[in-house]
Amino acid sequence: MSQEIIELTEETAQQGVSRRGFIKGAIAASAAVSSSNYLFRANGGALLAQSAAAGAVERLITVNVNGRSRRVQVPPMETLSTTLRYTMGLTGTKIGCDRAECGACTVLVDGVSHYACSTLTHTVRGREVTTIEGLEGEDGTLHPMQQAVLEEQGFQCAFCMSGFIMNTVALLNENQSPTRKDAAEWLSGNLCRCADYDKILTSVERAAAITRGA
Amino acid sequence: MAVIRDVIPQLELFQPGTADDALALLSEHGSDAWVFAGGLDTLDWFKDRVKRPKVVVDLGGIDSLREIRTTADGIEIGAMARLIDVVNNADIKAQFPALAFAAKSAASPQIRNVGTIGGNIGQDTRCWYYRDGWTCYRAGGNICYASPPTAMNREHCILGASRCVAVNPSDTAPVLVALEAEMVIRRGSSERVIPADEFFVGPEIDIERMTALEPGDLLMSIRIPSKWAGARVYFEKVRDRDSWDFPIVNVATAIKETGGSIEDVRVVVNGVAPTPVRLTAVESAIIGESLNEQTAEQAGNVSIQGVAPLTHNGFKVNLMKNLVKRSIRDEPMNA
Ligand SMILES: Cc1cc2nc3c(=O)[nH]c(=O)nc-3n(C[C@H](O)[C@H](O)[C@H](O)COP(=O)(O)OP(=O)(O)OC[C@H]3O[C@@H](n4cnc5c(N)ncnc54)[C@H](O)[C@@H]3O)c2cc1C
Ligand code: FES
Ligand code: FES
Repeated sequence: MSQEIIELTEETAQQGVSRRGFIKGAIAASAAVSSSNYLFRANGGALLAQSAAAGAVERLITVNVNGRSRRVQVPPMETLSTTLRYTMGLTGTKIGCDRAECGACTVLVDGVSHYACSTLTHTVRGREVTTIEGLEGEDGTLHPMQQAVLEEQGFQCAFCMSGFIMNTVALLNENQSPTRKDAAEWLSGNLCRCADYDKILTSVERAAAITRGA
Repeated sequence: MAVIRDVIPQLELFQPGTADDALALLSEHGSDAWVFAGGLDTLDWFKDRVKRPKVVVDLGGIDSLREIRTTADGIEIGAMARLIDVVNNADIKAQFPALAFAAKSAASPQIRNVGTIGGNIGQDTRCWYYRDGWTCYRAGGNICYASPPTAMNREHCILGASRCVAVNPSDTAPVLVALEAEMVIRRGSSERVIPADEFFVGPEIDIERMTALEPGDLLMSIRIPSKWAGARVYFEKVRDRDSWDFPIVNVATAIKETGGSIEDVRVVVNGVAPTPVRLTAVESAIIGESLNEQTAEQAGNVSIQGVAPLTHNGFKVNLMKNLVKRSIRDEPMNA
């Protein structure tokens, strides 16, 4: 049964897998196994049920994350944050409240900010998901907002950081010269428990400047 | 908040590609089925395991339900238009800017990117006793936990309660009632169109529902007649903080004036009763009067006749009075 839930066709023999990448993979696999037991206990055989009616969903789906298509087993009611973290091992996306109330889980779906904790993975089939892991360029160049956060020391504990960065990426795609007020309004769906808002907004301003090449 | 139980029990999910397929599924599964739009109200219920349907019908793949189009008599907004689409739509902004403004005042940017107008008016109440799964009247029990003097009821009713004192929390709803919108609802192959004021139902009609939608029903669209297009429509919302928060009280007032006097008016408040409330006593008190400070004052005073606040929400009475007054005295903000 645990086989049912672990990722099926994710390439395991990638070249040059870093140690960190390898450890993450192992953690992802064991987390997936335990959550599978949990689901199984909670629901008995219903997990296997498939209906032939119009619109019935398959559990083996393709999700495009950070430019790669990945085949994954996704129970119908699984949230995107769960799939990203516990099936794909992309733990950069954080879960704060799990209730659309904090923004820690913000990712982009077709370039638009979504709360991954409140998005069903099945609703992003055929769409492009971008997480914090997908921002760095091939050559290791950081996204302007990542660079700006380093330069401005934007965050304290940084639990909220991935969400803020992802939402800022969406902002800069629309507006490369946001005022502090524009940025505050755009980021008003993200909370920082360390209350670093001032530094975060300064980071956004710097990111905008880097983006504009200023 | 409820205890976080982050794994949602496995329900059967359908993602039909057409409204007809969705309607067939809803007819087949009746009260076992749950309509899923943006999911932002829905997922809370599922995560907390308070609502446990067997089948979920996701409308996200039905493109025709997302359309916003101008018609011979106004604008028709598909139920699946997202709040952000309502905020940005050029025709809505030109004709009914108060609706775009209200949609923009709801929730947070990420929620508006996904949450739909159909879900916004279909959303359930925020009463925390009920949402946490207490077996109150609304949940099929025979008690209201929010109304006793010792209860936490700062956000609850000051008007129109009947056993249950939970309020309707929608920001777009009062504007739609003020604009005399109509809801287009389908069930199987039959269609009915009902005025917004009848779409929202209070506990005296059905204590377990907030709207006229019954199992099997699909809200298709919202029609806004051109009657109030370009009129002076005022929306204002008061909340605890500028993002995320539901209205404590909001007001939508539509006025047609000729020569400085009020020719026609609709005044609607929400967040104070189980449904958005049209204040007809205020309307009849000020129709034909001059549009000035004194009339606005009078409107405020009339608005609070018959209120019945609870232990912790007496402040809402003044809030409503002043919002109603401002909605007549001040120019609409709409930005
Ligand atoms: C943290 C938070 C803050 C919020 N703040 C505000 C706020 O300030 N103001 C405000 O107005 N709202 C607020 N909301 C509510 C938010 O706007 C709604 O949750 C959202 O609009 C619901 O839309 P949805 O598409 O996600 O609906 P869903 O959750 O998918 O659906 C909501 C309900 O409507 C029913 N439904 C939806 N569409 C249809 C249809 N076409 N036919 C039949 N039934 C349907 C569903 O069955 C369900 O019962 C907030 C929500 C959250 C989570
Ligand atoms: S974890 Fe998604 S908004 Fe808080
Ligand atoms: S830096 Fe700690 S929560 Fe934002």
